[in-house]
Amino acid sequence: MRNHGAIHGILAEFHSPDEVVEAAKKVHEAGYTKVDAYSPYPIEELIEALDLHKSHLPKIVLIGGILGFLGGWALEYWAAVIEYPMNIGGRPLFSWPAFIVPAYETTILCAAFGAVFGMLALNGLPQPYHPVFNVPGFALASRDRFFICIESRDPKFDREAIRKFFGTIGAHVVSEVEH
Amino acid sequence: MASQLPGTHQAEADRLIAPGHDLGTITDRISEIVLQRQTPRGWWIGFAIGFCVFQLLLVAMGYLLFVGIGVWGPNVPIGWGFDIINFVWWIGIGHAGTLISAILLLLRQEWRTSINRFAEAMTLFAVSCAAFYPIFHTGRPWLAIYWLLPYPNTMGLWPNFRSPLIWDVFAVTTYATVSALFWFVGLIPDLATLRDRAKSKPWKIVYGILAMGWRGSAKHWHNYETAYLLLAALATPLVVSVHTVVSFDFATGIVPGWHATIFPPYFVAGAIYAGFAMVLTLAIPLRKFYKLEDFITLKHLENMAKVMLATGLIVGYGYMMEAFFAWYSGVEYETYMMKNRMFGPYWWAYWLLILCNVVAPNLLWVKNLRTSVPFLFGISFVVSIGMWLERYVIIVTSLHRDFLPSSWGMYQGTIFDWAAFVGTLGLFVTLLFLFVRFLPAISIAEMRTLHVKEEERK
Repeated sequence: MRNHGAIHGILAEFHSPDEVVEAAKKVHEAGYTKVDAYSPYPIEELIEALDLHKSHLPKIVLIGGILGFLGGWALEYWAAVIEYPMNIGGRPLFSWPAFIVPAYETTILCAAFGAVFGMLALNGLPQPYHPVFNVPGFALASRDRFFICIESRDPKFDREAIRKFFGTIGAHVVSEVEH
Repeated sequence: MASQLPGTHQAEADRLIAPGHDLGTITDRISEIVLQRQTPRGWWIGFAIGFCVFQLLLVAMGYLLFVGIGVWGPNVPIGWGFDIINFVWWIGIGHAGTLISAILLLLRQEWRTSINRFAEAMTLFAVSCAAFYPIFHTGRPWLAIYWLLPYPNTMGLWPNFRSPLIWDVFAVTTYATVSALFWFVGLIPDLATLRDRAKSKPWKIVYGILAMGWRGSAKHWHNYETAYLLLAALATPLVVSVHTVVSFDFATGIVPGWHATIFPPYFVAGAIYAGFAMVLTLAIPLRKFYKLEDFITLKHLENMAKVMLATGLIVGYGYMMEAFFAWYSGVEYETYMMKNRMFGPYWWAYWLLILCNVVAPNLLWVKNLRTSVPFLFGISFVVSIGMWLERYVIIVTSLHRDFLPSSWGMYQGTIFDWAAFVGTLGLFVTLLFLFVRFLPAISIAEMRTLHVKEEERK
């Protein structure tokens, strides 16, 4: 593993979505695994080209929803039957049809928490510092430019080889990402 | 179609983004509204008006806390007045935001893209305005929390989960929270855009903190897209449930005029109807003053008018069924309720309501009116007034004459009722002005996606 630790990786800039998708496919074919791509809007083909794993988010949301439902239901049962039983119009203490609505809402609430906080956690956000922002042109990744970064922790990482490789797949600018 | 429009005009009317834009210009055009150093004078004037009117709310609420709930009009037999009318009105308005951002996303209605951000903001602000009424109707809100929210308190008391009012607390707080989350998640990539484009250091830091280190990586987008879709899927049943639960506040009661099974669907339709009217009220000046006609095109306005027409017809059907069932039930009290609504002391409110909500929206069948911006702006106000009257009619006319003639009464809002209502309008305007100044009113990231799709289609 040559040059490991000296830099974060090598960043290549592309000017159109088609270019970056083509390039990402070639990077993937060349066998690089620690790769990330940056784009100003989500590009499905790019996600496919990098062969990212299926997102774990749906599972987190499902768990959130189930916990929300059980939690809401348990709260209602505990409050209405155990802790503070109240005779209201002779209805049974466990008058479950009336408990559906709050439990329905807590289900949605906790599932939504799962979606938002799960997404942030899986993306490692909030992240106060990331080396890729050290490249001056990278600010355009949130405007109209596209980037591919091969990171130095990739087993096949080799500065010169990657620089040349990016040149052959149509990168407009290739820069090293300082730590 | 025997449309009178020439061919080129027609094609242009179908576009969701005006020609001649690319990813860069879309980004620049929307973000410059926020990043420009000079605040336009028109903004200051609008903000100042909103902020002054907002003071009315503070005065009205301050006086209420000082003197007591008696400064408002409600009294036996009309225990619910402006507070609940305005609460339902504001909550209803909020519905369009979630409908546009969640349901239209799942239905792949691409025209939602340029209006969803400020419609969501509108939802949040409308829900904030709505919250004032039930909270202050408790009189001493700090003493009311224990019977509204479940928390261990020193009295050992717990809320009654069999009460529709508690369902309402759960529905509305969940709605407010999920709407805020949905809005914020949508904002994250745009906050990153603002961070990268802000010229001054302090704003870079502010937007940087809010963007939380978003860098638009494929891995980010991968999870982000999943989260956004799932949130939309969760918000869809939520938005339908909220006004359903609000309608339960009435429908589970036995008062004639409230006790109707048609309430949930007809409340939801009414909410969407009112919400789209408010989106039009806001979108038309926004696109004019910030010159966003390229992004909020005539097609958007026309589509919103069509949604208004459809939901307006459902609401009209609701009124018709209310009258039909009052007659068909054969119940003396139900029949009297309907007669009293139409010809009793509040007849003017009922017929104004029919004019605003049943007659007026039918004008939208006419294409020339549906595509006329001044007409749409006008009718959006008519609809808002109509929906306010709907709640007025439902609440006041049902309560003021129920089973016992000995306890009949009349109701009218006091000056403090009106001050609180006008004051929340001021709060709403104030928040909206702050929003368009500091956050992108149109989703930049989604507009980029839409732009690429439109280019591919060409």
